[in-house]
Amino acid sequence: MTSSRLFPLATTLLIFVVAYALCIVQYPNMLSTRVLGNLLTDNAFLGIAAVGMTFVILSGGIDLSIGSVIAFTGVFLAVAMGEWGVPPLLAIALLLVLATLFGAVMGAMIHYLAMPPFIVTLAGMFFARGMAFLISIDSVPIKAGLYDTLHGLYFKMPGGGRLTFIGMAMLAVFAVGILVAHFTSFGRNVYAIGGNRQSAELMGVPIARTTIAIYALSSFLAGLAGIAFSLYTSAGYSLAAVGVELDAIAAVVIGGTLLTGGSGFVAGTLLGILIMGLIQTYIVFDGTLSSWWTKIVIGLLLFSFIALQRGLVWLSARRSGAAAMPA
Amino acid sequence: MTLPATMRRVLPQLVALLVILALNTAIAPGFLDVAFANGRLYGSLIDILNRGAPVALLAIGMTLVIATRGIDLSVGAVMAIAGAVAAALITTGQPLAVTLVATLGAGALCGLWNGALVAFLGIQPIIATLILMVAGRGIAQLITEGIILTFNDPGLVFVGSGTVLGVPFPIILWVVIGLCVSLLFRVTALGLLVEAIGVNRRASTLAGIGTSALLLAVYAASGLCAAVAGVVAAADIMGADANNAGLWLELDAILAVVVGGNSLMGGRFSIAGSLIGAMIIQSVNTGILLAGFPPEFNLVIKAAIIVVILVVQSPASHTLSAYFRHRPGAAQDRSAGAVRAAGKTGSAGKEAVR
Repeated sequence: MTSSRLFPLATTLLIFVVAYALCIVQYPNMLSTRVLGNLLTDNAFLGIAAVGMTFVILSGGIDLSIGSVIAFTGVFLAVAMGEWGVPPLLAIALLLVLATLFGAVMGAMIHYLAMPPFIVTLAGMFFARGMAFLISIDSVPIKAGLYDTLHGLYFKMPGGGRLTFIGMAMLAVFAVGILVAHFTSFGRNVYAIGGNRQSAELMGVPIARTTIAIYALSSFLAGLAGIAFSLYTSAGYSLAAVGVELDAIAAVVIGGTLLTGGSGFVAGTLLGILIMGLIQTYIVFDGTLSSWWTKIVIGLLLFSFIALQRGLVWLSARRSGAAAMPA
Repeated sequence: MTLPATMRRVLPQLVALLVILALNTAIAPGFLDVAFANGRLYGSLIDILNRGAPVALLAIGMTLVIATRGIDLSVGAVMAIAGAVAAALITTGQPLAVTLVATLGAGALCGLWNGALVAFLGIQPIIATLILMVAGRGIAQLITEGIILTFNDPGLVFVGSGTVLGVPFPIILWVVIGLCVSLLFRVTALGLLVEAIGVNRRASTLAGIGTSALLLAVYAASGLCAAVAGVVAAADIMGADANNAGLWLELDAILAVVVGGNSLMGGRFSIAGSLIGAMIIQSVNTGILLAGFPPEFNLVIKAAIIVVILVVQSPASHTLSAYFRHRPGAAQDRSAGAVRAAGKTGSAGKEAVR
């Protein structure tokens, strides 16, 4: 059982290592800390959001609102710090509270109205992007001392690569995510609900509280991702981060998490993010391939991983069916 | 006998549509005027029917998919693919008939791919169609080679902006297709079988329904509808824009189906309801513009509409209303709710089996 659980994760790791090796054979320059540092920096916001998505998918749900929350975050911060004159730290704190509340409301609707997460978070996606539009439809630059300080915060790695603040933030979020998923009762509850909601309820898992917490966590992390994104672009724009939810779902699936919930690893999502980043880096290095190949390759990867998962589930069902037969 | 039942089924949607139209009339006094000039009907009402065509077309296919307890997220991307195929073929000098047949074929092929993933691999519909949603725009860009392919073939442009007896062609398209599909599914037993899959696919298979073939057909139908919508959208702007054609329209189509009174849990459907739903959405869009609100208001209002419908549709509010009602009808309602609840636990069980 453990080996079949680890198999998708191992596959992802293998694909990443082999893909990276192939890239290096073709372009030796890709083996540098600069590329690695950029890989982390460019995908930092996506990675942070994907940690939240991992928890949501582990619980058998889905969150379509994160791209909109990221856009809302950027616009809110830019306008709050610029036009409204709110101190940066206060604006950030305010934003994170708002995002968490937003997610908690979605979680409460999913639980108490017994509606599919898909449609509730769809409403959330419309709402968050609409609110971003209402604040400002322009791309608003962010000029704050705090941002300059954070931009200046980086480690120089041997070889000239930079581990930037947002890159480090992503790694930290992943570390905390792994701890929460595997070493807290909340994490166990998430896995239990995703495995079998009814059994979890009968075992005494607090379904309502956990569901609300899962979506609150996802929106909180989407808010954090929005902050990382605004640091990355130094601006807030209500049309930014369109479709990030799909990239995050793709990263989670490529990372080996079962879409039916209950099985998967936060660490796998990091590998999923890195694989998707690697595809983009390769396309940049190649120079002749167009960026739309990214979408097609990610689609292919998604398909292969989903097919792999189905195969594994089918195999284990057959095995347990065969075991049950003689008894 | 069936007609009054159908009418009763879509009555709330019709009332909602009339209320919105009345509101629009109150905001803009000339709203209901329809003029006939240059051989074409003009007016806000005609505009709503015309602009709502792509969503209405998508909603027809989406209704069938949702009736099987599925969902098709890829329709926007399929629209982009269809527009790209049509533009690419017509600009290389293919005749109109070949172009249209190939475009519809491409749409059906996309639908069959989705259907195969759902029917044979047993992948959840959201995820199965997500693959094409992500990859589809890439494929469309591959076909257009990354540029906006423009065309001015009069035949193809006619699909988007031509008129028949003064009525814009897109309106005729969605009304006729909607009628044909409704008749096909309601006169024959097809509709019943589709609903049976939505209630319980396993039981339907055991009862001898060819669920796999039906699922394939339903997703192919959705792909076809998306292809028609894609041609309409491309012909309207006389170009295929792989990045923006049909962007977010999958969500509007789902919203239209839900506003039309169809449950996302599947098991029952009304194409007339979905079409009215599509018109409600378009009327709201127009109303917001007429009222002078920025178009950005649209998204917030759509979110509010979803929330209201969710509250009305939710099992919790059904139980609540059953408590408050003591008419004989209340018992019927409760049993209907119980059946739906039973269907839900059934599917939960199914997933546990997986």
